[in-house]
Amino acid sequence: MTTTAESSLHELLTALGERQIAVGEVRGVAATDPVNLPMIHHWTDAMGDANPVYTDEDFARGSVHGEIVAPPAMIQVWTMPGLARAKGAASPMDDVLGALDENGFTGVVATNCEQTHHRYLRLGETLVPATRMTGMSGPKTTALGVGYFVTWVVTWYSGDEPVAEMMFRVLKFRPREKKSEPEARAPFPLRPAVNKDTAFFWDGVREGELRIQKCGDCGELRHPPGPVCPSCRSVNRTHIVAAGTGEVYSFVVHHNPPVPGIETPFAVAVIELPEGVRIVGNVVGCPLEKVGIGMQLRVTYREMDDELVLPMWVPRES
Amino acid sequence: MYSLSGRTAVAGIGATEFSKASGRTELQLAAEAVFAALDDAGLSPSEVDGLVTYTQDSNQEISVAREVGIGDLSFFSRVHYGGGAACGTVMHAAMAVATGAASTVVCYRAFNERSGRRFGQPDAGLGGEPSSQGMEMSWHVPYGLMTPAAWVAMFAQRYMHTYGASSEDFGRVAVAMRRHAATNPAAWFHGRPITLEQHQASKWIVEPLHLLDCCQESDGAVALVVTSAERARDLRRSPAIVSAAAQGSGAGQMMMTSFYRDDMSGLPEMGVVGRGLWEMSGLAPKDMQAAIIYDHFTPFVLSQLEELGFCGRGEAKDFIANGGIEIDGHLPVNPHGGQLGEAYIHGMNGIAEAVRQIRGTSVNQVGTVHNVLVTAGTGVPTSGLILSQD
Repeated sequence: MTTTAESSLHELLTALGERQIAVGEVRGVAATDPVNLPMIHHWTDAMGDANPVYTDEDFARGSVHGEIVAPPAMIQVWTMPGLARAKGAASPMDDVLGALDENGFTGVVATNCEQTHHRYLRLGETLVPATRMTGMSGPKTTALGVGYFVTWVVTWYSGDEPVAEMMFRVLKFRPREKKSEPEARAPFPLRPAVNKDTAFFWDGVREGELRIQKCGDCGELRHPPGPVCPSCRSVNRTHIVAAGTGEVYSFVVHHNPPVPGIETPFAVAVIELPEGVRIVGNVVGCPLEKVGIGMQLRVTYREMDDELVLPMWVPRES
Repeated sequence: MYSLSGRTAVAGIGATEFSKASGRTELQLAAEAVFAALDDAGLSPSEVDGLVTYTQDSNQEISVAREVGIGDLSFFSRVHYGGGAACGTVMHAAMAVATGAASTVVCYRAFNERSGRRFGQPDAGLGGEPSSQGMEMSWHVPYGLMTPAAWVAMFAQRYMHTYGASSEDFGRVAVAMRRHAATNPAAWFHGRPITLEQHQASKWIVEPLHLLDCCQESDGAVALVVTSAERARDLRRSPAIVSAAAQGSGAGQMMMTSFYRDDMSGLPEMGVVGRGLWEMSGLAPKDMQAAIIYDHFTPFVLSQLEELGFCGRGEAKDFIANGGIEIDGHLPVNPHGGQLGEAYIHGMNGIAEAVRQIRGTSVNQVGTVHNVLVTAGTGVPTSGLILSQD
């Protein structure tokens, strides 16, 4: 939005605010129920207020009030319209808050709430709220975004007598663009297929173990693993945890074409383990020109995304 | 013992043009190549009763049969493992003919490998399949080891370390192939030879492989007609007798990633093929006047020469030095320019060149060729042929 448009919007909102302030107090819908003991009970239970003057008739009779009174802080409760009845009587605030919404100030946060209780309420009194807009200021730049502070006052009447007042102020703001916060990591695109024969390896990697299949009968080690021992036909599979060291048996440095998920150039090696099997993995943590046959490595583990961990290999001395 | 040797022949060859964008479907390419091969043999589609292709081919046998007007089929099969299937298709066809399962079998391979799905591009889905091949790939793909060049480079590095071969040694293969292609009008690189310096200066694909160590990507199709040697003698063309046909897979074999067996400096599966070919044909390396050696990547040309017994282990770099595999060398290899120079039709175009050499009709004819050896894709379970003059 251009600055010109922004300033004409400001004029429009300010004019609307002044008009609504001039409207003065507008009476709302009377409370559905008179001040009553069951609602007081619910409220004091919920708030943990144990004062017996609100609920114990005998106690209250002996108090300065001479009868049960309602907790003053409960004032809003009596005339809250509830969700289903929210569109009751009009309020002078409707046009202002609606105009702010329409112009992108869709965020709302209550900033001030001050209540004044003129007297205690007695059972059976029926309250009527009345609202008047008292102020609007802005635009203000806040941590939440640019917005307008809007203030109004509600007065509760019992008959013609004002019994309580509440000043309420909100900030209506334009939500900031979402910061590029560290979102859930994009899934690494190069995923292994895992099945019953290989799950132990990938489970191990997640736990920081380099597991090598070991035949449960003849003890032969095997990588990559498979369901049947080629030496003794056993399907009794176990595994050992490798020492995590190895030596480059062969390697490549991939330049072209680009590979999804990995920045080129990168090194991949066939690594001979002291346990007597070979495994393929990336050599990382050193300049590519240092990678060579015979290079001594140790394993490390890298989280590729929220689910996949891959074993990686770094120079032994590092 | 019953032998397949000498019972069958390649009686016809056909191909489309080799391009980077054929502009038509793979099925149309297949049909065109099959028509060309049948025309070459002087046969009509109605005389064909068998079809063989690669498992990787996207054109079903029945689709090709419908398209070219082949009626009843009594034999159809597919050969697995990528380019390793090439000579295997002829082997399957020859076995079918020799056993009477079929009388005339057409082998075909058709793809838009450049304008369609490119084998050299990383496919993140390779490791995602819970098939046995997907499980194999899952030990490699997560680390970005996922292109044919990278898989071959892993072997090449170990080969260089073991035998002291250099990138220049690999480059000499590329130079020879491009020299041959330069005088082959059907070759994509017709008229475009390269020097060893250009090879060395070409960009890295996957160290230790340069761009010019890698074969090109092509659209096109090749088809071959296999029938009995007896029948072939009555057809238009001089028969290229199938003296031997063999498939081979080695211990600890994987698709391109056999990194876990004892030695990474050879190609045991090609050793299996070689032993099968020599035994079946009764011939020896010295009896070959030319060879078609699968050249998707230069390093494996060296390994194959060693596995097949043309030279000792680690000696291929000396064998290919000084133009040893060029047309005037001691073993002319890929006179058509191979897949590095002519086109990458998954090895089928090499078989067609072998037939031309036997017939004496190649544009780069190598004198009189009595016997020519042909190999298929390497790094995978593979296959081979020896074709001979009648």
